[in-house]
Amino acid sequence: MPSSDYDSACLPDILPLYYRRLFPFSQYYRWLNYGGVQKNYFQNREFSFTLKDDIYVRYQSFTTQNELEKEMQKMNPYKIDIGAIYSHRPNQHNTVKSGTFQALEKELVFDIDMTDYDDVRSCCSAADICPKCWTLMTIAIHILDRALRDDFGFQHLLWVYSGRRGVHCWVCDEAARKLSVAARSAVAEYLSLVKGSDETVKKVVLTDPIHPFIRESLVVVERYFPRYALQDQDVLGRKESVDKVLALTPDDILFTTCKLQQEFQNEKKPEIRWKLLKDEAKRKQGTSKKNQHFEKEIMLQYCYPRLDVNVSKGVNHLLKSPFSVHPKTGRISVPIDLKELETFDPFAVPTISLICEELDRPRTVEEDEKSKETKDKENEKDTAESRKIRDYKRTSLAKYVKYFDQFLDGMARSWKGELLKKSDLQKDF
Amino acid sequence: MQFSSRRKKFTTNSQAELYGEPLQFYGQPPLENISLTEFETFAVERLKLLKTIENLGVSYVKMSESYTKKLGTESKALNFLYRPEADDRKPQNGPTEQEKRRKDHISHFILRLAYCQTEDLRRWFIQQEVDLFRYRFNDLHPKQKLEFLHRNNLQYDRITVEEKKALNDKLVNSSYALSGITVVEQDVYKVPFQDALDLVRTRKVYLKAGYVYIPHQDIVTIVINDFRTRLSKALALTARSLPAVHSDERLQPLLNHLSHAYVGQDYSIQKNVGKISLEQIDSLSGKSFPLCMRQIHQSLRENHHLRHGGRMQYGLFLKGIGLSLEQALQFWRSEFIKGKVDADKFDKAYAYSVRHMFGKEGKRTDYTPYSCMKVILSNAPSQGDHHGCPFRHSDPELLKQKLQVYKVSPSGISQILELVKGMHYQLACQKYFEQTHNVEDASFSLNHPNQYFIESQKALGGGKEIKRETEAPQKPQEIPTGGPSAAPEAAANTQDEAEMTEDLDSFFQDA
Repeated sequence: MPSSDYDSACLPDILPLYYRRLFPFSQYYRWLNYGGVQKNYFQNREFSFTLKDDIYVRYQSFTTQNELEKEMQKMNPYKIDIGAIYSHRPNQHNTVKSGTFQALEKELVFDIDMTDYDDVRSCCSAADICPKCWTLMTIAIHILDRALRDDFGFQHLLWVYSGRRGVHCWVCDEAARKLSVAARSAVAEYLSLVKGSDETVKKVVLTDPIHPFIRESLVVVERYFPRYALQDQDVLGRKESVDKVLALTPDDILFTTCKLQQEFQNEKKPEIRWKLLKDEAKRKQGTSKKNQHFEKEIMLQYCYPRLDVNVSKGVNHLLKSPFSVHPKTGRISVPIDLKELETFDPFAVPTISLICEELDRPRTVEEDEKSKETKDKENEKDTAESRKIRDYKRTSLAKYVKYFDQFLDGMARSWKGELLKKSDLQKDF
Repeated sequence: MQFSSRRKKFTTNSQAELYGEPLQFYGQPPLENISLTEFETFAVERLKLLKTIENLGVSYVKMSESYTKKLGTESKALNFLYRPEADDRKPQNGPTEQEKRRKDHISHFILRLAYCQTEDLRRWFIQQEVDLFRYRFNDLHPKQKLEFLHRNNLQYDRITVEEKKALNDKLVNSSYALSGITVVEQDVYKVPFQDALDLVRTRKVYLKAGYVYIPHQDIVTIVINDFRTRLSKALALTARSLPAVHSDERLQPLLNHLSHAYVGQDYSIQKNVGKISLEQIDSLSGKSFPLCMRQIHQSLRENHHLRHGGRMQYGLFLKGIGLSLEQALQFWRSEFIKGKVDADKFDKAYAYSVRHMFGKEGKRTDYTPYSCMKVILSNAPSQGDHHGCPFRHSDPELLKQKLQVYKVSPSGISQILELVKGMHYQLACQKYFEQTHNVEDASFSLNHPNQYFIESQKALGGGKEIKRETEAPQKPQEIPTGGPSAAPEAAANTQDEAEMTEDLDSFFQDA
């Protein structure tokens, strides 16, 4: 496992190397500048840094890519968070009259954290993850990505591995960036199905008719449920987990719960037990109006994405930046290519130690030739800049930066349209 | 509202013309001269109406039958319009429909002045006004609704019959009141989802590619959204012209008082600081904390940690009962370091937020403890949280177990659960108070966890104080555990306001 050789004590030594030679500044700036369509978009953006010993610096802002680079190379932040675009430069927030300094726009963001699934996963708890429970993140991404695209009409969704136990989504469409707090919370609530705290047993309750959005989500969940829940998590195997599932069946005059308990005594195979439960639910649909979707409710309670809605609601809420390092695991927050979602392995995500080490490895002959070629071609160009480009390409970070590039190209097409419109308007006058 | 010379030009507008419609968007301010007395009565009565709306919204499901019925009676009692038909005949007694409309119009604009000053006030005012508008709009006849849309130039894109056919299933499954037949019969509008957030939030509408498809019967949502946006913009504009109004010494104190009336007591006045020692908290939590705080306290002691929502709800409550900043820091630190957080980490990651609560960091707002309304309605707890209102956010079964542990009698438990079932969470909590304090009938109306605490201390401190005298809510209430009080100072502050506000205060105490 690549992360096993990471030691957080060596962060102060390798962070400078990462920010000097590997961090993809030009792509990063290209993203947050959004083609320069709106004035001061990058300049008024808040960054906040976590430095050594958990020292937290908020309201950083930068006028140019160069300034951002210089400052990051000077401060070597352990962690970078991105905040909102404000009405004024965040680093001057103390100089403007209080009340006038306001968060105006930000990407619509989602944060899904594995700790929120602790009551339904048996393999790990708290900050731990394993390939078994990672399926939950795959399901979450499938469901939310579809809904954000098809239902809400967003196109530019950047999914990012948080570096430890969860994923983030950055919806970068212009319409999404301009959403009000009320709209953000409405979207988040539309997407939330699992409700309640430790004090609630049944966290999903469906009412008739089932909304098309829930139907679509069920299609995804049903695809994963047998392998994930019945096999990997074995929710119908051990006694206590069976009891947990049965607690979600209706305890009614038909004694559904008791009946299933008895049937389960003679049948040990999880798949067949699940079938018995489904049959019971089907029978129920014919007889009663209440609780008739309990098998669906169980599936959703076990698999449906659990959002931290507070992160999505606030315009000024900070979220860990892509390509920031996770100080605990050393893994880089990398964008996830949805084409390879099924095979995405959080444990295979490169750590900062790994990529810095790869940088020190002697070059292969092939690489040397390539670099000679580029040198000849770009003789005139800033050599430091081109060297940096070559640098990340020699590490396992390369494929993630490449995907990030593709994502940005997609967005560039839409802001090119914006720019054209703008210049057309100017000609009219 | 115009106070300058402009008003003279417009006095020709006849009332019949001005108030020809049962419902309006309040686009034009009233331009007539009114007396100060009228100014005050109108404002106070509308405030009562809005306060009623707020209370009904907690006790009943909004727009349910009992809600609308109750609201209808209340509007009638306060002489606000309650019938959509214009009826020119002079009723036996009381004002005519026209007069009511005029009062509605003027009082709305007065409260705009009083409620435009801060974000909090604006939010509260908009919420209540929107609820009122929704109730009134729903009460209109279908024909009047159409007229209203027409008159206010509200046009929405209709989808074609073919499109309707193609989407039939999805539309039917997205809306509770729709069947295949009704879809065919009525118009379906297509609007950006941002204009129908209430329907999106509750998944009561079909959503595709950023547009919602709204059947005509649900059009109220978009109209309300429009109303909300306009009102919000108008309030922002009003705030800008406020200095001119404030220079009027007749109006300024009245407006200020009106705006303070909505929350009642906010329990932030820190007259009790230092009256409680940290050792007392455990025993107080069993005796005098409302269930929500008792629950948070318990889980804090068990887990030595609390997530943000719990820290805010509980931390501000503790501040309200009299913990000083130093005590609070000591309290949280000593508990957290028993868990996974060491002292160093606490000072870096958590101490800031404790100081923040006391207004010592950030924008230096002295935050007020959460009211029941806030606890019940905002930031519902999720996995790993312990905050919220146990009557609202716990499974009835778990609530029952908990109450059993706390030795509430079986009959008390069933009464509480019955109230919970009817969604009367505050009443359920009050019942819990009565049960745990052996009081027959609590003589207060519970709307704040800190109020619960104060009432509990009163009840436990001795029978005399239970019979509440005419104690104005603005006055700080002393906790019997403390020494001599600092009351005279506060009494002086409130004296000059007392005259004008007596009426209001007595109303809000009973509300």
